[in-house]
Amino acid sequence: MAEEATTYNYKVVRQFAIMAIIWGIVGMAVGVFIAAQLAWPMLNFDTAWLTFGRLRPLHTNAVIFAFGGSALFATSYYVVQRTCHTRLFAEKLAAFTFWGWQLVIVLAAITLPLGITSSKEYAELEWPIDLLIAVVWVSYAVVFFGTIVQRKTKHIYVANWFYGAFIITIALLHIFNNLAIPVSLTKSYSVYAGAQDAMIQWWYGHNAVGFFLTAGFLGMMYYFIPKQADRPVYSYRLSIVHFWALIFTYIWAGPHHLHYTALPDWTQSLGMVMSLILLAPSWGGMINGIMTLSGAWEKLRNDPVIRFMIVSLSFYGMSTFEGPMMAIKSVNALSHYTDWTIGHVHSGALGWVAMISMGSLYYMIPRLFNRELYSLKLVELHFWTATIGVVLYISAMWVSGIMQGLMWRAVNADGTLTYSFIESVEAMHPFYVTRFLGGALFLVGMIIMAINIFMTISGAKAVDDAKIPEAAHAH
Amino acid sequence: MAALDFTSPFWNWFIIACTLGGIFGMFVLNIWLAGDTGAKIDEEGNADDTGHVWDDTLKESNNPLPGWWLNMFYITLVFGLIYLTLYPGLGTFAGVLNWASACNNTVLSEDGKNVSLSCENDNSQYRTEVDAADTKYGPLFEQYQSKPIAELVNNKDAVNMGERLYLNYCTVCHGSDARGNRGYPNLRDNDWLYGGTPEKIEESILKGRKANGMMAWKDHLGGDEGVAQVANYVLSLSGREHDAAAAEAGKAKYAVCMACHGMEGKGNQMLGAPNLSDDIWLYGSDMDSIQHTIANGRAGVMPAHENFLGEAKVHLVATYIYSLSNGEKPAE
Repeated sequence: MAEEATTYNYKVVRQFAIMAIIWGIVGMAVGVFIAAQLAWPMLNFDTAWLTFGRLRPLHTNAVIFAFGGSALFATSYYVVQRTCHTRLFAEKLAAFTFWGWQLVIVLAAITLPLGITSSKEYAELEWPIDLLIAVVWVSYAVVFFGTIVQRKTKHIYVANWFYGAFIITIALLHIFNNLAIPVSLTKSYSVYAGAQDAMIQWWYGHNAVGFFLTAGFLGMMYYFIPKQADRPVYSYRLSIVHFWALIFTYIWAGPHHLHYTALPDWTQSLGMVMSLILLAPSWGGMINGIMTLSGAWEKLRNDPVIRFMIVSLSFYGMSTFEGPMMAIKSVNALSHYTDWTIGHVHSGALGWVAMISMGSLYYMIPRLFNRELYSLKLVELHFWTATIGVVLYISAMWVSGIMQGLMWRAVNADGTLTYSFIESVEAMHPFYVTRFLGGALFLVGMIIMAINIFMTISGAKAVDDAKIPEAAHAH
Repeated sequence: MAALDFTSPFWNWFIIACTLGGIFGMFVLNIWLAGDTGAKIDEEGNADDTGHVWDDTLKESNNPLPGWWLNMFYITLVFGLIYLTLYPGLGTFAGVLNWASACNNTVLSEDGKNVSLSCENDNSQYRTEVDAADTKYGPLFEQYQSKPIAELVNNKDAVNMGERLYLNYCTVCHGSDARGNRGYPNLRDNDWLYGGTPEKIEESILKGRKANGMMAWKDHLGGDEGVAQVANYVLSLSGREHDAAAAEAGKAKYAVCMACHGMEGKGNQMLGAPNLSDDIWLYGSDMDSIQHTIANGRAGVMPAHENFLGEAKVHLVATYIYSLSNGEKPAE
């Protein structure tokens, strides 16, 4: 065996971290554009590949898998090394995950506007790209778990439980939901039919939220909050309960996307019950993160980076309360198919996922280049632009969504519907404009971040000699 | 019974075991970790840590589970068990309330090869709500059913009711202004494919219409050239600009069209054959569209609404549509 490595591999972490910011800008810019299309439809320009229907999956794939995915790869590679006190396992494979993942993103950016799609939400990419994703993902698992296996610490740090659960479950979800029979290089048909196809799709869809956008980012939270706050994690026991309860319960929640459909009643009930039970396990993570600041609350005033992290947890708590409520069948009867759902998703995606990533990147990137952040003032500015953007976005969607739901169910004295569909579309317009403004603010914040990070690292020498601690702490 | 949702009884028990096992497992996990694990709390209220250290500074305190959080967790677990007792959820167990969203009483044929629905004693939520709505609103519609449309068209209430029904059910194709769309007739122009009398309008809605007479004529007319000639002749029927020589050649070929559209192209409402001599075009009036219609045929469908809406509602919709080109226009 070769001589034991004494430094951490920061190269692949750096690559993913920088790409996270770039893809963040791209994905959010597409989001702002399609939000503008909804408010001003002439922006579709009568050009097929510029239409909302083609660009919307590009937006979701870019923000979830390109921005969120790159942030998860970057932080998980950083965290797993630093908490296992060992260099990354199979580094060539880790480099492959970077280039492979970027290739997936580029292929998505080409095929989706061309209209090449399997038509499954958040799993639109066609089978050749799906195969590439599967190969990259299994390589990711080998690198991550290989690193865990060769760790020099006795215990596995809690952040790695969440990253690990995320990696394993996404592999299962991706492979089973995308099982398909190809008919050409660019077209395939799902192996499932009818209600079963819908069930598998939302088993995947909701767990893309539960494991990609939640468990993965909880892993991020469990490392970067204690680090930035310089405080111990609040409760080890709480981590154990909420980890096992969360990963068990999430898997059942998918049917709440299919209330009042052809899905059998018993399946809908199970989805609703488990979604409600999910409230406490979700809040366990929020409590553990926020209470980690206990005894150091003044940091919320002084440190804009920790503020990103703690506010992200507040949004996490808010959307994981809202989610179980919306899964109750009678609430869902009002909220389903309305903008309320879009608001809910974005309070999680912008408020929680994006803001915890931003906080973590603000912590990590300076350490990858041995520099101080160029400007804390700009972080502060970013924080306020992002927060106001999210609040505008989600409150516009709440009002619009509840209004739609109420308009659709309003009936006249003779039982006929009071409003035709187009009247509800007309009523949504001011809220669509507000949503566009909120999204634009959030994008501006992301651009401020890019400038700040560019100024931080320009001219800096990349750190490639971060020392792995001696066996001193390895008990 | 939802028994036929499962390919074998094993999966029924599999679902029950996983659900109850999971819920009880979470109870056990909570009770176990809520118990005293010997963590010490110092005078500032901070629990000691677990003694594990990672990456120089990462430690874990051993604070107890927050009581309010634990109680919330227990409440959701208990709620889940109660809900799954009352409603379907545990495999084929229908729940003590015997609730169903819609008739799901599947019956297996004697040879075990076919499944059908048996809904004779349907007390599902859907059935109950539809029956309640029919009881409540039915008489409102039925009060007009015996009155002739020609008379109802002057009854503002009836016309307004018809308009509301129209806006609910007809606008997707015919537009909220009833001016139609390409392929979907304009209902305001008093031009009728199948007749504009109250009886004919009502019949169109009740029974639906299927325009399968306009077949693809391209081969029969001798390819594109023949199609173009007939198209020119058709243009000449409404006095529009056309190539006279081609129209002359087309006139001879028009013979096959006469069976439905008539000698002078006035159409035939018995067959739903459009009048070709007016300026109303269902599928476009430009040369390309007309040639496409002749070459490839058209097959418009108006679905039957008899079973879906019932006669009383259709009577009112027909009244509204008739009012658009007959009788006094009701005040907005």
